[in-house]
Amino acid sequence: MDASVDGIAQPWGSRTPFGRHEPWPVRVDTHLAAGVEPGMVERWVQAASILHSDGDAMDIAVSGGHMVGVRGRSVDRVTRGRLGPKDLFGWQANASPDRLSRPLIRQDGRLVECDWNTAMERIVCRSKSLLDERGPGSIGFYTTGQLFLEEYYTLAVLARAGIGTNHLDGNTRLCTSTAAEALKESFGCDGQPGSYDDIDHADVIALFGHNIAETQPVQWMRILDRLEGRDPPRLVCVDPRPTQAARRAAVHLAPRLGTNVALLNALLHEILRTGRIDHDYITAQTVCFDELRARVKDCSPEWAAEICDVPADRIREAAEVVGSADRLLSTVLQGVYQSHQATAAVVQINNLHLIRGMVGRPGAGVLQMNGQPTAQNTRECGANGDLPGFRNWDNDQHVTELAKVWNVEPKTIPHYAPPTHAMQIFRYAEQGSVRMLWISGTNPAVSLPELSRIRSILAQDRLFVVVQDLFLTETAQLADVVLPAATWGEKTGTLTNADRTVHLSDKAVEPPGEAKPDLEIFLDYAARMDFRDKDGGPLITWHDPETTFEAWKRCSAGRPCDYTGLTYAGLRLAGGIQWPCNDEAPDGTERLYAHGISWARPEVCESYGKDLVTGATNSVVEYRSLNPDGKAMLKAADYLPPHEEPTEEYPFQLTTGRTIYHFHTRTKTGRAPQLNAAAPDVWVEVSAFDAGTLGFHEGDMMEVLTPRGGLRARLRSTDIRPGLLFVPFHYGYWDTPAGHRPDDSTPGRAANETTITDWDPVSKQPLFKTAAAALRLVERGDGASAPAPTTAASAPSRPGDVPATMGGPSARVSQVGDPARHRHQGDSE
Amino acid sequence: MNGIKLILRAVHHGEQHLVRELVAVAERHHTEHEIHHVATDLAGWSREHLQQVSDTARDYDLALTGPPDASSSGFLMTLTEQAAERAGCRPEPGLLLLRDLRELHLSASNNSLHWEMLAQAAQATKDDKLLELASACHPQTLRQVRWTNTMIKILCPQILTSL
Ligand code: SF4
Repeated sequence: MDASVDGIAQPWGSRTPFGRHEPWPVRVDTHLAAGVEPGMVERWVQAASILHSDGDAMDIAVSGGHMVGVRGRSVDRVTRGRLGPKDLFGWQANASPDRLSRPLIRQDGRLVECDWNTAMERIVCRSKSLLDERGPGSIGFYTTGQLFLEEYYTLAVLARAGIGTNHLDGNTRLCTSTAAEALKESFGCDGQPGSYDDIDHADVIALFGHNIAETQPVQWMRILDRLEGRDPPRLVCVDPRPTQAARRAAVHLAPRLGTNVALLNALLHEILRTGRIDHDYITAQTVCFDELRARVKDCSPEWAAEICDVPADRIREAAEVVGSADRLLSTVLQGVYQSHQATAAVVQINNLHLIRGMVGRPGAGVLQMNGQPTAQNTRECGANGDLPGFRNWDNDQHVTELAKVWNVEPKTIPHYAPPTHAMQIFRYAEQGSVRMLWISGTNPAVSLPELSRIRSILAQDRLFVVVQDLFLTETAQLADVVLPAATWGEKTGTLTNADRTVHLSDKAVEPPGEAKPDLEIFLDYAARMDFRDKDGGPLITWHDPETTFEAWKRCSAGRPCDYTGLTYAGLRLAGGIQWPCNDEAPDGTERLYAHGISWARPEVCESYGKDLVTGATNSVVEYRSLNPDGKAMLKAADYLPPHEEPTEEYPFQLTTGRTIYHFHTRTKTGRAPQLNAAAPDVWVEVSAFDAGTLGFHEGDMMEVLTPRGGLRARLRSTDIRPGLLFVPFHYGYWDTPAGHRPDDSTPGRAANETTITDWDPVSKQPLFKTAAAALRLVERGDGASAPAPTTAASAPSRPGDVPATMGGPSARVSQVGDPARHRHQGDSE
Repeated sequence: MNGIKLILRAVHHGEQHLVRELVAVAERHHTEHEIHHVATDLAGWSREHLQQVSDTARDYDLALTGPPDASSSGFLMTLTEQAAERAGCRPEPGLLLLRDLRELHLSASNNSLHWEMLAQAAQATKDDKLLELASACHPQTLRQVRWTNTMIKILCPQILTSL
């Protein structure tokens, strides 16, 4: 198999089938700029993707000081050489002509260019006066899931010990905070129990609200390859949309939005009723089994069928498949995390695995996925609303230990309450108690719920907004100071993917103009603020990526995310390695709980847990009495109806999500020609049934309205569940005349004009999947079709009606199989 | 058995009071989104409690009303919502919120004590039905107590240091 494919028309490329328990064959994907031949590449520089949470390892092709393409790394444990469309084409955005190359400050209402000194002094001056007049609680930081570990760690130290503020969070709050919280609730500590290699061994793979084909395309390739090989796995898919996984599933459940807990309780009910549980595992490794059993006793499939609007028999079938698996892998993402009762639902998936004893063995694992590439790093480093090294803010011992690492007094580190979550930071800014907000690498003016509210918060005069980014994003347009940042390929650092694999990403080219790595910006700020430790020495003693990494290793020592065995040199040599990596596990650790539950003892756990409905925190005393020996906890939860239900005025349920060709707020993917052309504008998916009943057709211009606002989009009629609308999120305004908001020439196009301000009380993750909406015809399409791709979940219900999505000559991708394998198999592929 | 009637009445009265308070707080602070939504959900718990209390009370020849209607306070709701929106971007309502959370906390704690008294009386009289009632409802009351406590703990540092 040495072939080239259209990387847009065939986003998962060609197949390299493999059988169960066999290693996944290599396939090296390469895309080079037009006119560049492999022989013209001067250097290949090792890196890993920051466009989704697989952490796809790749080499960047450099020629004449420019990036000219990318190639997958065949040795990498995560991808074995494959790349998804975002990896293959996204890098081009780095060289966009509209990259920020100089700092900007607001003068007389307008942003004007200035030098670094002027910009930084303005920030420092404001920080100091706020610290004097209003204290550390008046300063907040909102970062991303797309920087490197070294940058988060430095930010965490300067915010928590330098400024002394409790207000530091990442946009990973929108993305993966439920994963972290649910792991803490079940296992006492964050950290992925599963491994991507579990895909090779499982006989059943259950995907819960996880559109893996579009969000982690490379791992979907792996599943596709197994589906074509010997002894393929059976798939169970819970998703209201006809995703690629749903199309290939043995059982597909498409529940009403907001009913995940009911569905999962019914699955647990069935599995318990049929006795398909591992008694020994339950006794040895878990607590609270009786409570769980009692709580799901009445949750029959018939009961859930009413609530979820799926046939009871289908639920029974799913329970049968999941219950009879001998190696079960479950993966979970936004369909659960961003929905009603998020944490409660995710914990039930952990429960499913615990009662079946499906943890810690090859093929028996849970992958609580991340959406963003470096979400895991914000969690480890404490840049997301946790303390660094998965330390427990409520455990004085942990805080003392951290204070020792930083050489500060424990009381310097705010720990009187959990670190403030993003939605609450914005609320404080709205009320005026937070007066400075430093936003790095994220675009809340498109990505947070209820955008008109967010815009008005950011536009307030009394709020000083600093934005550090690559482009003049919608958010940057509202800032007081804009700092031009370097990105992936232009700086060095490490990143950790969803299955704990740490990759090193090296600098390949220079950033444009005066743009700087985020690390340098944070270090510069810390130096100018002159933060000191308790002996009067500098608080921050490191000065480049590698020294920062070494500092972080000291902070991680002895914690679950132990990095002490990792070095830059080792990562260059070996490629990705999974933490913990230390003296006991010098090659890394594939499965966290292979030898029982290890981080739930009261003295070591990251959290004492929360009430799954109210979010109230438990005390150490309660935790100790519940779980004295540090076992896994089987926390049950009752179903509660969602907070916004359809009405006569707003008869549809509305959900939002990411799709295969775009990522985050399209800041980069919208600037990669092939990706942009494949999905250039927002659309709205309506079921063929609803469209037919209401007399709407493919391409009609529609208005989607909720009590918060509306957007206009062309209609795509699909096999989505009736009564449901889907809008891809994160289409913003930077590529419209309006710039950062809707106006007369640009109607609303961001999904978050419509979403509700509500969040899961446990993980504080906003709900992007539970609005009620109205749908109104604006104008007939007259032959136009929706700008939605035909390749994935938005495929039209009548395929012939719409031109197929294609990339054309500029989207050719070379795919080269493993030569050794070819010899074995006689080159039959 | 007059003592039992007494305590059933007290429980009933307390839960009724808490429903009203939770609904009022949810309305008054609807720009505090978590408070708004969770208080609304928790009012549901107290409504369930009222239903169960009035069902059980019948056996003791006591006529207690069921839960109040969820949508009773329409007009007041719009007024307070508008006021909340106007005040939503000023810091002072933070103090009001702390006061309201404290009141909720006290009311829920009050109910918790009543449930405990009821459970004790039930044990003394070997009254299984009463004991069942108390053990069905009391844990949820305790969760209401913990919620208000948690929210106060989280919010008060910011509110009290920014005035
Ligand atoms: S696009 Fe949004 S939800 Fe998806 S990974 Fe990025 S932040 Fe998370």
